[in-house]
Amino acid sequence: MHPALNIGTLLSELFTETVDISLPRFRPELCLVLTIILLLLCRMLPLLRRLDSGLIAFGGVCFAAWYAYVDFMGLGGLPGEAILGTAGGRQELFGGLLVFDAFTAFLRMVLTGFLLLYVLLTKLSGIPDREDGADFYSLVLGSSLGMCLMASANHLLMVFMAVEMASVPSYALAGMLKGRPASSEAALKYAVYGAGAAGVMLYGISLIAGLLGTLQLPAVSTELARVISAGSTSGSAMVLCLGGLMLAVGLAFKLSAVPFHFWCPDVFEGAAAEVGAFLSVASKAAAVALLVRVAFAFSVPAGLAESGVVATATALAESRHFVVYTIGLLAAVTCTFGNLAAYGQTNMKRLLAYSTIAHAGYLMMAVAAAVAMSVSTPAGARDAITAVAFYLATYLFMNLGAFGIVALLRNRLRSEEIAAYAGLIRTSPGIVVAMAVVLVSLIGLPPLAGFVAKFLVFSSLVDAIIAGAERPLMLALLVIGGFNTVISLFYYLRVLKVMTFEPLPEDRVAEPFPLVSLSGALVTGLVVPVVILGVFWSGLYAAAQLAGVIAS
Amino acid sequence: MLAPENPAFWPLTLIVFLPALVAAVLSLPIVPKAREEAIRWITLATTAVVFLLSLWMAVPQLFGAVGPGQFVVGEAGMQNVVKLPWIDSFGIEYLLGVDGISMPLVVLTTFLSMLAAAASWPISKHVKAYHVLFLLLETGMLGVFVSLDFFLFYVFWEVMLLPMYFLIGVWGGPRREYAAIKFFLYTLLGSVLMLIAILMLYFTSDVRLLSDDQLIATHVVHPATAVDEIASIRSAEGAVHTFNLMALAAVGQLPNSPFASTTVWLDMSLETWAFLLLLIGFVIKVPVVPVHTWLPDAHVEAPTPISMILAGVLLKLGGYGILRICYPICPGAGLSLAWLVCGVGVVSMVYGAFAALAQTDFKRMVAYSSVSHMGYVMLGLGVWSAVAGQEYRWDFWAQGVNGAMFQMLAHGISSAGMFFMVGVLYDRVHHRNLQEFGGIFGKMPVYSGLAAAVFFAGLGLPGLCGFIGEVLVTLSSWNYSPVLAVISAFTVILTAAYILWAIQRVYLGAEYRGPHEEALTPITSRELSIATPLVFLAIVFGVAPQSLFQYVTPSVNRQVATLAEWTRDVHDGARKMVVADAAGADEKPQPAASLTDLVTAKSGGSEPWRANAL
Repeated sequence: MHPALNIGTLLSELFTETVDISLPRFRPELCLVLTIILLLLCRMLPLLRRLDSGLIAFGGVCFAAWYAYVDFMGLGGLPGEAILGTAGGRQELFGGLLVFDAFTAFLRMVLTGFLLLYVLLTKLSGIPDREDGADFYSLVLGSSLGMCLMASANHLLMVFMAVEMASVPSYALAGMLKGRPASSEAALKYAVYGAGAAGVMLYGISLIAGLLGTLQLPAVSTELARVISAGSTSGSAMVLCLGGLMLAVGLAFKLSAVPFHFWCPDVFEGAAAEVGAFLSVASKAAAVALLVRVAFAFSVPAGLAESGVVATATALAESRHFVVYTIGLLAAVTCTFGNLAAYGQTNMKRLLAYSTIAHAGYLMMAVAAAVAMSVSTPAGARDAITAVAFYLATYLFMNLGAFGIVALLRNRLRSEEIAAYAGLIRTSPGIVVAMAVVLVSLIGLPPLAGFVAKFLVFSSLVDAIIAGAERPLMLALLVIGGFNTVISLFYYLRVLKVMTFEPLPEDRVAEPFPLVSLSGALVTGLVVPVVILGVFWSGLYAAAQLAGVIAS
Repeated sequence: MLAPENPAFWPLTLIVFLPALVAAVLSLPIVPKAREEAIRWITLATTAVVFLLSLWMAVPQLFGAVGPGQFVVGEAGMQNVVKLPWIDSFGIEYLLGVDGISMPLVVLTTFLSMLAAAASWPISKHVKAYHVLFLLLETGMLGVFVSLDFFLFYVFWEVMLLPMYFLIGVWGGPRREYAAIKFFLYTLLGSVLMLIAILMLYFTSDVRLLSDDQLIATHVVHPATAVDEIASIRSAEGAVHTFNLMALAAVGQLPNSPFASTTVWLDMSLETWAFLLLLIGFVIKVPVVPVHTWLPDAHVEAPTPISMILAGVLLKLGGYGILRICYPICPGAGLSLAWLVCGVGVVSMVYGAFAALAQTDFKRMVAYSSVSHMGYVMLGLGVWSAVAGQEYRWDFWAQGVNGAMFQMLAHGISSAGMFFMVGVLYDRVHHRNLQEFGGIFGKMPVYSGLAAAVFFAGLGLPGLCGFIGEVLVTLSSWNYSPVLAVISAFTVILTAAYILWAIQRVYLGAEYRGPHEEALTPITSRELSIATPLVFLAIVFGVAPQSLFQYVTPSVNRQVATLAEWTRDVHDGARKMVVADAAGADEKPQPAASLTDLVTAKSGGSEPWRANAL
């Protein structure tokens, strides 16, 4: 018998690989899993039921964040210093289902860092209540686990499972406010929409799998190049395109890209603001990461730096063109539609929902630029991925800040309508200044973090234009991006206008929002980074650069 | 160049950031809102300190001999350069400096800010927030004038927007919200176009193309560590991009400028696109017709001190940007689009004057006069007369640019004064309808005398500051285009018409015909202390323009001479070579006289600008 077929040897090899290589790189996720189990266990045992589930969740997330941080730091010492190889310390885990590289590490750091702040926010804002705590946090952590997997997926099956893992708990989260019909409606809409999108995506994956004979993302490009250069019949090209587009549907749903965005405003309006924060930051970050992975798999030969891939790179030019145009057009439409639709909103959460749609558009622009430059100018592609990573990190603070303020204000004003904020500056100037910083940063004005993020996205587009990669599309995206920045001014400023210009309503009974309080400290903790990262962004940029290494 | 070692670091940094620092302290909750008087005094003191600091830099004679960190009058190049790394990955630096173009504008800004702070006493609504925003605005304006890094410039440029939006939107007149959003929208549109141009220039720039001397002269490398830094630039594999404005200008003026040789879209070079995008961004601020419509609304609705800042400083940012950024970095596009700059200048000049004639609102009339006056600035900046037909004589052009600079400074004084004078009346009678005034001379004689002086300065009466700039610009434009010169000269008549008519309707006449006649009390000492310096400066600059020209001219002449030399050697030189090669002749163009020879020969002894001007 061949030694490799010995079941014992196989098992021991699998065991060694899992224990020695995969599990050490999987520590943040393991922490999340253990925390979920702990949360559920505590619920079952009457003695432990008195424990505050928020504290357990916070403890578990602390460990996860710490390990994510250690993993990231282990990649290159201090960020910006020695960058490990060109592959960003790439390691395949669990038999190639997952991949660990600098991008994974960065995204996990963003996700777990977000969770840390998020648990604090939910503790302070009072959603969930004590009864729902264990459910809420296990759902949030479970969904985050799926998002971590999305960021590190290396196999199309894993892509599907991670997306589902992230989505299903979100459906339940959207229906968390049990007493409110709008919340249940939102959950149902979300679930139906999500199920549909997932089905289409799975169908697309099966088409691709059937045609290419592989689901492994690094192998997809090679197989794709083989199919293309073999002079494929029109039928197979058709099926490939269809499969790719169906896969894109699933991703666009997670990204809430137009025209798969319809769930987004309804869910954000119906669900609690805290849930909106979770969906708009964590879910979006994971979806963008997954988009980067999938888009690169379908357009860039694996191991670009190695020799002998020139033929593959040429063969892939067609599919790269297709991917760039798909993402670019989606980005343009998403961005413009999001900004235009936000203009007419009267509900703050709905407005922010359209704002997140628009920001998904800006993010996709950078992804399109990265894919366009991936082969011709890898340095530019790296900068574009860096822009994406940087954008996600700053978006965390901006949007968590915005939703956090909405949640905290809701507790005082009992309303999330923009009109309810009238004259707020008279009673609570601190919170209005905080909101102003966050919203102006979302517009993208210096010296705030949102400007730097937008600056980096636009610079990657200009880089692509100068480099001559898909120049017409990149020019169009640049113009559309700039135009959108201008029109987005209207609706963000309208909120500030209501808060500052308009008189205080006579019947306002709410007590003022004190900035010297725990919630005030949290808001400050979210807003100050927005200012700091707008002025001193070298450190974060260096860290994001490390993540960008995957593009070269 | 570490902070303590550079004598210019603290003066420049304090001038820019002291207002923001005080604003941050004032905004803290521990400062009680109710102490309005204290907040006003703190703001006034801050602006006064900043003014004294800028004066210490600009006029060292007042404070003894010229020391380190102070401005050397008569030197053309960039002085007191502060250079600290900021964002290494993009080569973004904290790069500040002043030359003869920016130094007077800095002093103008600090001076007007001080006066505007004094003029803010009648503001009684949300005093604390007003003064915080006011100080932030001052930081933004000063930052723009001293930044030599394009990224830093853009940051300061945008920092001004939000305070201005709130200052107009909260403390303005009845249509304030409309005016505020209109201002914000117009300027942001310009800024976004500017950002695109900045990025295009950045990604095309390459400092490796510059010689070692140029690298040192443009402050890309620090002289002390020049050898190492140049070596690392030379050994770089890819292009070394830069945001350094001086380096960008040097790259843009190279014979093999990458800006000119890169085609972006529609067969137009990157240089042309960048010039157009930047120009749109700047002319929105100037503003010129047809993007001027935010200005009358913003001016009319803004409270008096903010109108003074708007007209006195903010409009100058546009002209400054064109002079400092558009022309030096994109000379080729500047040359081929000179007609555009001059054309929009003349159109705004005429349109603004006619529109001012038609107004019945006193403040709106003054606002349109600004549009008209800034048209002269555009015309003066644009008269690129150093072309082949003129044998590359740059003295006319230098005269025009000097005139434009003078016009900007003079307009800063006269328009701020005019807005203040309108504000004094409005504070008393709460209307601005020109038809309902009259007889003010009898009730407020001192005020009316000062107001008449300021309005005559705006009119351009010889002996007052408005005259010098207009006449220099008009004279210089004759050489560029006689038609434009005739039109701009003709506009002076229109200007005289609307200003004299306004004086007649407001100050002269037998009796006051509007409401609140009883409120027409004589000018207060606070108002007098704001109006007097403005009138004084209007006369001083009118009688002794040399006091400003000694700052402006060396730097302006140097830039114009450089660009004239560029026209001859690079622009036409290349064309001549092409023609010569095509004809088969081996004649080469004349070897160029070096820039230093040109400057010393033209401006050293005879000072031709003065001979031509006066």
